Amino acid sequence: MTAYTATVTVRLKRGVLDPEAETTQQALERLGFELSDLRSADRFEVDLDAADADEAADRADEMAERLLANPTIHDYDVAVAER
Amino acid sequence: MVGVTVAVVQFGGSNCDRDAVRALEHLGVEAERVWHEDGLPADTEGIVLPGGFSYGDYLRAGAMAARAPVMTEVREAAADGVPVIGVCNGAQIGAESGLVPGAFTTNASARFQCEPVRLRVERADTPWTAAYDEGDVIEVPIAHGEGRFEIGEDAHADLVADDRVLFRYCDADGNVTDAANPNGSTDNVAGVIGERETVAVLMPHPERATLPDLGRSTDGAGILKAFA
Repeated sequence: MTAYTATVTVRLKRGVLDPEAETTQQALERLGFELSDLRSADRFEVDLDAADADEAADRADEMAERLLANPTIHDYDVAVAER
Repeated sequence: MVGVTVAVVQFGGSNCDRDAVRALEHLGVEAERVWHEDGLPADTEGIVLPGGFSYGDYLRAGAMAARAPVMTEVREAAADGVPVIGVCNGAQIGAESGLVPGAFTTNASARFQCEPVRLRVERADTPWTAAYDEGDVIEVPIAHGEGRFEIGEDAHADLVADDRVLFRYCDADGNVTDAANPNGSTDNVAGVIGERETVAVLMPHPERATLPDLGRSTDGAGILKAFA
């Protein structure tokens, strides 16, 4: 078994309204920053032991499918690194 | 738990459970709060997933409660035909647990909104709407920050084709307009039914529009009469 950190990034699907990101963008603009767009995402870092990187990724993928993301509104990706 | 007919499932952070029991008792329905860890009583004949902020809305509103073990029992009961209604946070839990399609997420306003809204009854042939006629306009309050109904295009087409929209936000004349949509919900959807008509969720609070002493509308009573 090897120790891995699986990083799961969950973001809204393209086209799904993100009022929190819009509000954050407006606040940045009020502070004088110039920007064209802003997107937010949630990042989960999952420490786990697995036989190999593929197994670690599969397990993190299932975590995203079943809880971390809501497939109706979210896309997600998984990146695995040895820890 | 002898004599319980309607189980109002209480999670940590539920806060409309007492209101639901009061409203149901007013309608002559036996109801009792059931702590989620205790599981459903054997004689449960109806289930309310009440409003509130279960698990502090961690991750997403309803996400944690939807994965609580009691929800397996709720899904099984729903599949057996036991009437189940999710209100507000209960609607979010219902969507997160797959009882109904779609998701409820952050209001387009990015604000928590607590206000009376009008709903058009889209179907009158369900237990939840038997007290109304199709096209009736009822007034029921909302109180949510994450009530915007989102659903993919294909799933939305299926939802409409299968006639599973129960209520849409509308104006006083029953027109479904953007101005009457409080939270940016897709297609003004305020409530939907599950695979069976005996399962429904909605963001507005019928239990807050049932007791005559509480406010200006008792229009929500018809929804809860499904349990009577």
